[in-house]
Amino acid sequence: MALFRIRFSAGLQYRAAAIAGISTQFAWGFMEILAFMAFYRSNPAAFPMEFSHLVSYIWVQQAFLALIMPWGVGGKVVETIVNGNISYELARPMSLYNRWFFETIADRVSRFILRCAPILIVALVVPEPFRMTLPPSLPQLGMFAAAILLTLCVVTAFCILDYISVFYTMSRFSGTIFVITADFFAGGYIPLPFFPEPLRKVVELSPFGAMQNLPLRIYSGDIAGMHAVRGIALQIFWLAVMVIIGKMLMKYSLKRVVAQGG
Amino acid sequence: MIRLSNINKTFRVAKRKSGFGNAVKALFSREYEKIRALQDVSFTINDGEMVGYIGPNGAGKSTTIKIMCGILTPDSGECDINGSNPWKQRLRHVRDIGVVFGQRSQLWWDVPVIDSFDLIRDIYKIDENLYRRNLDEMIALLDLSEILKTPTRSLSLGQRMRCEIAASLLHSPKILFLDEPTIGLDAVSKIAVRGFIKKINAEHKTTVILTTHDMQDIEALTERILLIGKGRILLDGSLTELLKRSSANKILVVDYNGNVPSLNEHMSLVEQKDGQISVTFDPVELSVSNAIAHISAQVEVLDVSVSGISAEQMVAALYEEYRI
Repeated sequence: MALFRIRFSAGLQYRAAAIAGISTQFAWGFMEILAFMAFYRSNPAAFPMEFSHLVSYIWVQQAFLALIMPWGVGGKVVETIVNGNISYELARPMSLYNRWFFETIADRVSRFILRCAPILIVALVVPEPFRMTLPPSLPQLGMFAAAILLTLCVVTAFCILDYISVFYTMSRFSGTIFVITADFFAGGYIPLPFFPEPLRKVVELSPFGAMQNLPLRIYSGDIAGMHAVRGIALQIFWLAVMVIIGKMLMKYSLKRVVAQGG
Repeated sequence: MIRLSNINKTFRVAKRKSGFGNAVKALFSREYEKIRALQDVSFTINDGEMVGYIGPNGAGKSTTIKIMCGILTPDSGECDINGSNPWKQRLRHVRDIGVVFGQRSQLWWDVPVIDSFDLIRDIYKIDENLYRRNLDEMIALLDLSEILKTPTRSLSLGQRMRCEIAASLLHSPKILFLDEPTIGLDAVSKIAVRGFIKKINAEHKTTVILTTHDMQDIEALTERILLIGKGRILLDGSLTELLKRSSANKILVVDYNGNVPSLNEHMSLVEQKDGQISVTFDPVELSVSNAIAHISAQVEVLDVSVSGISAEQMVAALYEEYRI
């Protein structure tokens, strides 16, 4: 909790970075919608999602980006491994896994809070067909909230596996391809319904399917009812698996960790 | 009580020759070299002791400290610090120790120092009263009141080091590990830091283990020194004893007017500068007064000082003696 607070206040200091980030996200959001619109015009029948669902998918994705993206966080954590400051962290009466977990979440939440409001406001007032719709019902909104929180945890647990790999590679960018792949299969670039059939089924059951794919589609109503509940159960399952693997790997790695320098 | 017995640690370091061709080759097959960082290191330190841990760069000082802090796991050997094994019972062990790595920072870079302190309070779950008492003591002794609200990144090195030391003592640790605490500090900050460490050791009976390359730290602070070289403990004893043992020679420094004085057969030249000469001699063979007389007979003497060998020179001599 304390870690949360300090990470949070540090994160809030960077207003300029937040403004730059927001503008990028607007530009990205519009471009994506425009591109999909071109496809949609050419053949609406071949389109696997309703267009309004897709628009909501993209805006919610942009607004909640800081919570759900598998990349771009944890630079500070990785730095401590590479430059050896991890020594200090190990000299504290605290589980390193928990520390990383909460630090990463705090980092994400502080970024999210700075960025979500402007994007949501604009997305709700821009003219059709760019306008974001509200979720179809209150229970649907509730499920969305649960799913997005779980996504936050699943993605963070995934990021920690990436951090642990740095113990072995000592490079900040070693995990990048891994992480970008995750982003792709989580629906970060193209929503999963656009994936070819057998692949889509596999990915939806994989840990990647338990990331942003689920809350974004629940929001618009693309996934509803029992499907949504099953999806949330799957998220809980993958979260547990990744936390257990992460803690085990961490324990093993710390025995062999070599603090660099000094 | 700290007890280490037969601690060994080996690092594997990837090696390659310079040049692009070798870099490509190293992608496919690596050669590793084993470096024995510690070999059968054993010692015992009692509660409340202040020990200087010295040795040249790469001798294994930091490795030993890291093992004692639970950060590194040794390949073999036993270690017992106040009843816990640092690497097996890390969480329990680190609650009782404070650590300062002079070359690193434990403070959060972009928030005010006091926020870092509050975070440490929460991590160690320090009782609020104890925290206030410790904090007030640190503020008074280390003169922190002005800088507590400054973000760490805007502090000078000396200010930061004072904050680092304060941060490591907020939870009243029984043992304090200082790895090069005065590195890069100016004279005033060094003296402040030394004074503070001494006070903490005297008042709270905190065991202090200090590594440094600055022999004045050792002279000012520690009675006992441990010398490590190439991963082995070479010497364990009191500083005064070592000084006596290593050499009884005196150093005579004379400022003079006139031609360069000649030396007699008992003297040997240390340094010759414009208008100043330093010589060393064994007082058994040549008394101090005779030595001064010998020089003052030749030149007009402006100033004279006589001293024993310094800790710095003694350590240099020890490194030489053990070829480390």
